Amino acid sequence: MSPAEDPSVFSVSVRSGSVEFDGTVLFDELNVTLEAGKLTCLLGPSGVGKSTLLRLILGLETGTSNGNGVVCSDGRPLAGRAALMAQRDLLFPWLTVLDNVLLGSRLRGEPRTGGPRRERARSILAEVGLADWADAMPDTLSGGMRQRAALARTLMEDRPVVLMDEPFSGLDAITKIRLQSLSGRMLRGRTVLLVTHDPLEALRLGDRILVMAGRPVRLDEPPRLPGAPPRDVDDPKVLEAQGDLLRRLAEAVI
Amino acid sequence: MIRFLRGPIVVIGLIVVWQFVVWATAAKPWMLPGPAAVAAAWIEHRDLILRHAALTALEIVFGLSLGTLLGCGSALIMAYFRPARRWLMPVLVVSQAIPVFALAPILVLWLGYGMVSKVAMATLIIFFPVTAAFHDGLRRTEPGWVDLARTMNASRWSILRHVRVPAALPALASGLRVAAAVAPIGAVVGEWVGSSAGLGFLMLHANARMQVDVMFAALATLAVLAVSLFYLVDIGLRRALPWQPDSSPVND
Repeated sequence: MSPAEDPSVFSVSVRSGSVEFDGTVLFDELNVTLEAGKLTCLLGPSGVGKSTLLRLILGLETGTSNGNGVVCSDGRPLAGRAALMAQRDLLFPWLTVLDNVLLGSRLRGEPRTGGPRRERARSILAEVGLADWADAMPDTLSGGMRQRAALARTLMEDRPVVLMDEPFSGLDAITKIRLQSLSGRMLRGRTVLLVTHDPLEALRLGDRILVMAGRPVRLDEPPRLPGAPPRDVDDPKVLEAQGDLLRRLAEAVI
Repeated sequence: MIRFLRGPIVVIGLIVVWQFVVWATAAKPWMLPGPAAVAAAWIEHRDLILRHAALTALEIVFGLSLGTLLGCGSALIMAYFRPARRWLMPVLVVSQAIPVFALAPILVLWLGYGMVSKVAMATLIIFFPVTAAFHDGLRRTEPGWVDLARTMNASRWSILRHVRVPAALPALASGLRVAAAVAPIGAVVGEWVGSSAGLGFLMLHANARMQVDVMFAALATLAVLAVSLFYLVDIGLRRALPWQPDSSPVND
């Protein structure tokens, strides 16, 4: 089933979102749509309000916000249907990797007897390459492995919408490329927002890219790249577009 | 290996210094008895000393348990109800500003010469470090964890139980270490002010009758008791929180 036919896939729109921080207007009548089943990358200088937009969509505390409606194309509210993957892995140090992956069911108080659920968690861990680390404590994992565990936790939630806030920014180049490809593959078909600093990451993973700049912010959309992500790092089209995107970012000031 | 020998070496070192001071100052036995005299007194009066020590230990353990329970309870209440924080915090500060020594006679007057007043004293002295440490830990939950839990549809209660409390346990552990170290003070002060049993009573009693060696034997027993309690709590806490990077002051 393609995303367009799948009724569980829907787009998410922010309608005239406004956010103020201590009198500074961050968003004024901002309208943005995350297309159904597509991965939208959000680029922009630090402090422009990328994470704020993500928090606004998730319904987490931001500054003073008013009149912002988060609307889903299927008419139902977004609450409970979006998963978060943050810059830091946010693994709980007192839980094993497996229990971290099962965090959602623990927090919702779902019955602990869930054998099938544990099986699913183990198979997701195997998919992200952590099969042998299910019973390890997070402290014993490297940064890349921790972020893979966080990805497994996000996938375990199996939400149609996934919001990611610079999830790969703390990793070394090679780990980063591997994890980008893995995430791109595994999140395929969901409605995803990926906040990032890294133009190459956006070009590799994004179905579309939005560049955020100014105060209050404006959103600018560079031309979309052909082909389905994840794209190769050395894809000539990616490299060519990177120059253009870097130029746009250099012009994008707060 | 040196880790396990460090304790005994320190104890032996202190005894050597003690013996040296006795020898160098030619102190009279009724001012400062030597280690050998104290050991002899301990052996001679061991039944008496151990009986009083058991009572003091019981007071400390009860006080520690009660103080911990009350401290955790009020920390949770303060962390979750803002009005409670505003009203309880000044009360807590006042309770610490008044020295427990000054309250001891009142507690003995109200609660009697028995064990209850000593347990109350130990509880009072423990209450503050436990409350302060746990409350601090509860307030400093990593905000990302709470955000993550919210996106997972966790209820307020579930966030408390699965995120805030476990995350605050290392802070509570530091509070409990302090509590374990000060708990004996509460019990012994209580015994000094008014009692008919316990190591504090025994020391006063022996002092009044010029049994200085017995007094020192009781003091040494109290020291062993206090140090064992601290180490037991410390080891227990490290076993209970294996995920916590080693922050124990003992192995620094």
